[in-house]
Amino acid sequence: MIDRRILAGSIGLAAVALLIGGAFAGLAAEAFHDFGRTLGAIDAYLLRVVRFTVWQAALSTALSVIPALFVARALARHPSFPGRGLILKLFALPLALPAIVAALGILALLGRAGLVSDLMTTLTGSRWQGIYGLSGILIAHVFFNLPLATRLFLQALDTVPSDQWRLGAQLGMGQRASFRFIEWPVLRTALPGVAGLVFMLCITSFTIVLTLGGGPRATTLEVAIYQALRFDFDPARAVTLTVLQIALTAAIVFMLIRLGANMAGDANLSVSPRRPVASGPVERVFSAILIVSALLFVAGPMAAIIVSGLQADLVRLASDPAVHAATLTSLVLALGAAVLSIALSLSLVMARRTLELHRHRNAAPSLLEQLFDTGAGFVLVIPPIVLGAGWFVLMRNTGLVFVVAPLMVVTVNAVMAMPFAIRAIRPAYDAASARHERLAASLGISGINRLRLIDWPVLRRPLFMAMAFAMALSLGDLGVIALFGSDSVQTLPYLLLARMGSYRTADAAGLALFLGIICLLLMTFVDRTGNRT
Amino acid sequence: MCRLLFSVSALALLSIAPASAQEKLTVYTYDSFTADWGPGPAVEKAFEAECGCDVEFVAVADGVALLNRLKLEGGNTKADIILGLDTSLTFEAQQTGLFAPHEISLDKVNVPGGWTDATFVPYDYGYFAFVYDTEALETPPASLKELVEGNANDKIIIQDPRTSTPGLGLLLWVKAVYGDEAADAWKKLQARVLTVTPGWSEAYGLFTNGEAPMVLSYTTSPAYHVIADDTQRYQAAGFAEGHYLQVEVAGVTTKGATNPLARQFLEFMTGPGFQNAIPETNWMFPAGEMSEPLNPAFDQLVTPAKTLTLEPEDIARNRKAWVDEWLAVMSR
Repeated sequence: MIDRRILAGSIGLAAVALLIGGAFAGLAAEAFHDFGRTLGAIDAYLLRVVRFTVWQAALSTALSVIPALFVARALARHPSFPGRGLILKLFALPLALPAIVAALGILALLGRAGLVSDLMTTLTGSRWQGIYGLSGILIAHVFFNLPLATRLFLQALDTVPSDQWRLGAQLGMGQRASFRFIEWPVLRTALPGVAGLVFMLCITSFTIVLTLGGGPRATTLEVAIYQALRFDFDPARAVTLTVLQIALTAAIVFMLIRLGANMAGDANLSVSPRRPVASGPVERVFSAILIVSALLFVAGPMAAIIVSGLQADLVRLASDPAVHAATLTSLVLALGAAVLSIALSLSLVMARRTLELHRHRNAAPSLLEQLFDTGAGFVLVIPPIVLGAGWFVLMRNTGLVFVVAPLMVVTVNAVMAMPFAIRAIRPAYDAASARHERLAASLGISGINRLRLIDWPVLRRPLFMAMAFAMALSLGDLGVIALFGSDSVQTLPYLLLARMGSYRTADAAGLALFLGIICLLLMTFVDRTGNRT
Repeated sequence: MCRLLFSVSALALLSIAPASAQEKLTVYTYDSFTADWGPGPAVEKAFEAECGCDVEFVAVADGVALLNRLKLEGGNTKADIILGLDTSLTFEAQQTGLFAPHEISLDKVNVPGGWTDATFVPYDYGYFAFVYDTEALETPPASLKELVEGNANDKIIIQDPRTSTPGLGLLLWVKAVYGDEAADAWKKLQARVLTVTPGWSEAYGLFTNGEAPMVLSYTTSPAYHVIADDTQRYQAAGFAEGHYLQVEVAGVTTKGATNPLARQFLEFMTGPGFQNAIPETNWMFPAGEMSEPLNPAFDQLVTPAKTLTLEPEDIARNRKAWVDEWLAVMSR
């Protein structure tokens, strides 16, 4: 008899394979169906889109990572900088914010009618033109990635043994020497991984480019895929763009794996030990300026979200039926995605552990076990919009494209959250299994009873954590819903985009505040639970 | 899992099943038509009073997006009526096979050049024009050529021809004036473009918010500012080469052909119940019979030196190539 846990895992794996396979089948069918047109879609426009995609990602990476090196160093050298802990907490926030909320915050701050536009007009001496196009995209990407890179570099600097710092101080190393001999070697090791991760995040950025791009001049592959399907109704071009996008992300992921980067990009910072750093007054002032500027850069858009959100007619928004419907849809879909995500993840985790138990101690893991282990990780190579595009192309002649919107949002986001969910669940399950497996077998407890009595108490916390993460991810999703959404299925980000589009900026700001708060609460929950376990 | 399946299917049902037993007409249109300030609310009220039925408007960004939406839904569409295509799309729309003949009398229809189409019925018309803010721009361009070659610091906002009928209209306008040299004209014009929006309402919103001194709209747009705001601040620039004509139309889908309300709606569309609302909510010229005179503000508008049009069949044949040409230039 096949173990039920392996069966469940196989079903879970098959579901993931179906989602990814279906998307690729759609793309492949279209490509073979009309090979000439797919090839013909490689034109000047497409090449320009590829060039812009890579160019903006390279610029964003440079602008995020290089300053982050110095900010991280400044923070590392001043462990008692006032509010340091708070600053690091704040630096964790952008990752938790949906991209559309951040985009709106940046527009509310730096847009032509933004909070600082009068100041900028006075400063520059001419009418402030706002930040549409490349500059807007870069600012938004730096807003997300500068704090991320800073935290990762700081984490690297924290690995420097305090002996080295002490030795450095005893030898009377100046700033330059200590940078060269102590800090730079560590930073240099971390640099490729961090830069690669940021580059990857920027090259797959959809929402930022869609909302801040402002026309064909600033279009990335992901936005072009969306436009080819929803604007042009040109599946051949969408397929070509999608293949290029996959090739590009796959190449980067390959490089990242070779560099041994931490793809998850979460930085759990330890409380740094006090270390004796010889810092003169000049350095202290310089570091303070650096840290404060980075702080302003990150805090500015967030403050703008709050300020402009509170200016919106929140009472009317709260009684707007469209907002109610979108909130309900968003919550139901996010909950669906979260439940599905942990169900799939748990089934893979259980099946992997079962196979591990059954296998001979020294035998190599079977292919199936390896698939249970790393199979879900593959989705990281495939941006949600690519999955969406594949299914969109596959279903376009069925007339069901807009009907399946809820299903697409739920499944794609569930699968996207799986790598994280598995990482949260697996250690707990494996540890519990190591402890209780024999006991459960000897008492004859299995199936639901085992799950309820033995696994649940241990798994409860990581499961809720994974659920909250998946919900936050799904709530902020715009890629999938942008493709499949319509008036009948609107989520909060979709409604937000629509309100921005019809130039009801105040409404959009109010909604952004609302959405931002929900996601932050969920991510705070994830963070708290994660730190406790 | 159960809860998930339940919620997903409940949601899907909610979105598909029309709960009401009342006779219902579903009209797909663009968002400025259904906006609070658009003709949608008045038209809905008037037709519901006449038919004793329920009218549901479903709005997308703009006219071209409307056609894309219909193509995607194909035979499964909920739409009985598609309202908001224009003459540059009618040929292509007809070729989808998703429209049925209108079978109504066109006696009340009145558009420049006359109307004989068996599938689509016009409901309004207008001429594309660049509308400028007199407080931000002293000397507007007097021709398309002056616009193309003018000061790049005086920005314009245009719409995307892939989603928007005014955007497509400008593409055709440039084509009609420049012919094979259209791509070069776009290369020059590109420097002036502040942003390209997916629909008309977004572009016009940006313009009235002061983001740019000029926007692609209609010769009739200033009438809105005269009548609603009592201001002459916004004016249309008359172009020496002439202005491109847009006739906006509606058609019955093959699904709508089985719903008697659909043809009743088209009939109603050519009469005063619909047409009276057009000039001062959609800010276009009426294409049918009104029961009241046109507001005199419409007499002060720019009259096109020449009316420009291209053949619908030519447009259908070349639209993709022309849009690609535009994309190639605009993505530089």
